[in-house]
Amino acid sequence: MKKRMMSLISLGLIGAMVLPNAAFAEAAEEGKVLNIQVWNEEFKNRITDHYPGYEAVDETHGKIGDVDVVWTITPSDDNAYQNNLDSILPGNVDAAADDKVDIFLIEADYALKYVDKDADVAMTMAELGINEDDLAKQYTYTQDIVKDADGMIRASSWQACSAGLIYNREIAKEVLGSDDPADVQEAVKDWATYNETAAKMAEAGYKMAATVNDTYRVYSNNVSAPWVQDGKVVLDDNIKAWVDDSKAAVDAGETTTAELWSDDWAKGFFKDPGDVFCYFGPAWFFNFSMHGDEEGSIGNEGGWGLVTGPQGFYWGGTWICAAKGTDNPTLVKDIILTMTTDNDVMKEIAQNDSDCVNNKEVLEELAADDSGNLAILGGQNPYEMLAAGAELVDMSNTSPYDQGCNEEFQAAMKNYFDGNASYEEALAQFNTAIVEKYPELVTE
Amino acid sequence: MKSKKNSAVVRYNRWGYYFLIPFLVVFVVFQLIPLVTTVYNSFFENYMSGLKQIGPNFVGLKNYVQLLTQGDLLKYFKNTMIMWVLGFIPQIVLSLLLGSWFTNPQLKLKCQRFFKTVIYLPNLIMASAFAMLFFTMFAKTGPINSILVNMHIFKEPYDFMAHVGSVRGLVAFMNCLMWFGNTTILLMAGMMGISDSLYEAAEVDGATPTQIFWRVTIPLLKPIFIYVVITSLIGGLQMFDVPQILTNGTGDPMRSSMTLIMYLNKHLYSKNFGLAGALSVLLLILTAILSAIVFRVTAKDEVK
Repeated sequence: MKKRMMSLISLGLIGAMVLPNAAFAEAAEEGKVLNIQVWNEEFKNRITDHYPGYEAVDETHGKIGDVDVVWTITPSDDNAYQNNLDSILPGNVDAAADDKVDIFLIEADYALKYVDKDADVAMTMAELGINEDDLAKQYTYTQDIVKDADGMIRASSWQACSAGLIYNREIAKEVLGSDDPADVQEAVKDWATYNETAAKMAEAGYKMAATVNDTYRVYSNNVSAPWVQDGKVVLDDNIKAWVDDSKAAVDAGETTTAELWSDDWAKGFFKDPGDVFCYFGPAWFFNFSMHGDEEGSIGNEGGWGLVTGPQGFYWGGTWICAAKGTDNPTLVKDIILTMTTDNDVMKEIAQNDSDCVNNKEVLEELAADDSGNLAILGGQNPYEMLAAGAELVDMSNTSPYDQGCNEEFQAAMKNYFDGNASYEEALAQFNTAIVEKYPELVTE
Repeated sequence: MKSKKNSAVVRYNRWGYYFLIPFLVVFVVFQLIPLVTTVYNSFFENYMSGLKQIGPNFVGLKNYVQLLTQGDLLKYFKNTMIMWVLGFIPQIVLSLLLGSWFTNPQLKLKCQRFFKTVIYLPNLIMASAFAMLFFTMFAKTGPINSILVNMHIFKEPYDFMAHVGSVRGLVAFMNCLMWFGNTTILLMAGMMGISDSLYEAAEVDGATPTQIFWRVTIPLLKPIFIYVVITSLIGGLQMFDVPQILTNGTGDPMRSSMTLIMYLNKHLYSKNFGLAGALSVLLLILTAILSAIVFRVTAKDEVK
């Protein structure tokens, strides 16, 4: 009897040594493969750099303890990422253990589609064992957008994507006489002043913004009602204001109609030509879009500054969902908690990747001292402004059709800006395109 | 005795049927079944709204009525035809010219093999890669614009993608470039099938090369010519990859370069099988009618 006790204790000791992390211990009885669906490398890099115990094996494989992590990367282009999710998630519960999707990521533009209660493809945080207290440090808007009809949270994000106006310091000095954020904000404090400044920029040979689509999200985030009301597409006054302001700006040569992410759009990030005064973006924009790590870019020399701009807005953000039917709930829960609520990990993300993290305490810390200064912004500390912005984000005017409406509206209006159609014709084309995408909707 | 011989023939003929099986299986699985289900689907309302499936509900001819009354079907048909004609006319002229040069024994062209390979090369590139290349070259800040501006031909960069003429022109140019080699080879095959004695007889009668071309080559080339026009027309009606990639699927400006298949592709987003099915059926009918017309007009003599 004594002998048996001893062997049991020693077994337990060995067990405790081999599996120091409680999550691993429990996860050991769960699935052996953790399948993660993503659209780019971002989350993989975050996990590789910041999740304790993750070892990269190759480009699309890794290991956490004895669980194999498999990354499936499907780019968002042409809706491919969502098409992929749509084909696999509904059957996920019945899939073979090793093929089951455990984690998938979603973006703000289409979040409502996947957190829908009837679709039921993402587990609620409560089902995972994550309660509201665990998420208390997160910004409310990041939870509002992923709540289902019963108010249950079905996803969690490590990012708070409040955004601002990012300006070229050189041009600010030359045209506005100062590159101090307070002075620059004065010159772009509302749309009327912004447009006056744009005229000055054009006179000096600079473009105010790279394209009309840069300002679109600022307007579209500040609408008074959702795109779709009772199955009908309704055009908000603020969207109409974007059309009018943009048309005037294009006609005056203050901006162009290039598409976001196009080569023509991205040229302003580099010293040659370096002729764009401002871009609009959140914190991930610094790290992901502005080519700050490349020679010859303005960001590489800390040539940008950040101000609130004419109106507050947010852009994007990535949410982690636990797929319904996952066979690794414990590990998934641990990943969500570590990446989206752990102060140390999130501070590390903010400092190493210049991300604005979804954690009030961490942002407060970063704003308080120089640890939040960013090289790409010439040493400016953006966190106080971004934290204040995140508190103000209002998600009450989102609808499941936002992505399609926003994309099609910008595409249709390009014809009006380019002078190929009247406003009415462009609007008619938008209406046609929307009904093609969403046959159940009616237009005005 | 007789029956024995017959059964031997039947037994031997069996092999013909055995050899047909692979074709039949492939045809039934990949052609006939999709064709029939497309027609079947076109009578249903059946699409996805987010992750929710709407339908399938039987709606009769509603999809057809909706396409013919509400959509801009005629506009997309017109776009497709304009871009096809813009590309096909230079293509056929070029091919006839090259074909008659290559087949003319009097010219004694050197390096024929080399040139025949070169003119076929553009067809080997994927259409989408070709379109992507043109998209980059003709971007507002792309190489073509900077060359033209540096040569002082343009004062400022021209936005090729924002003007109806330039977008349609580019699509037509690309299609022409990609297919003229193929057409040349087909026409050459036709021209080489014409008996030399006819040319010699014409020469003896004192015909000029121009007269020989119009009075001997062209009339005798007719069967091949009809084949080229019809296949090119069907290919033109299905024009998709080049304009799709060049305009990023928008068919801009104002959908003036949106082809019928690009419009069909628009229904993929909501997986709208009903409407897309109806559109496919209409396209099938259209193709059949157009082919019949081309055949009637160009092959008038034979039909009589």
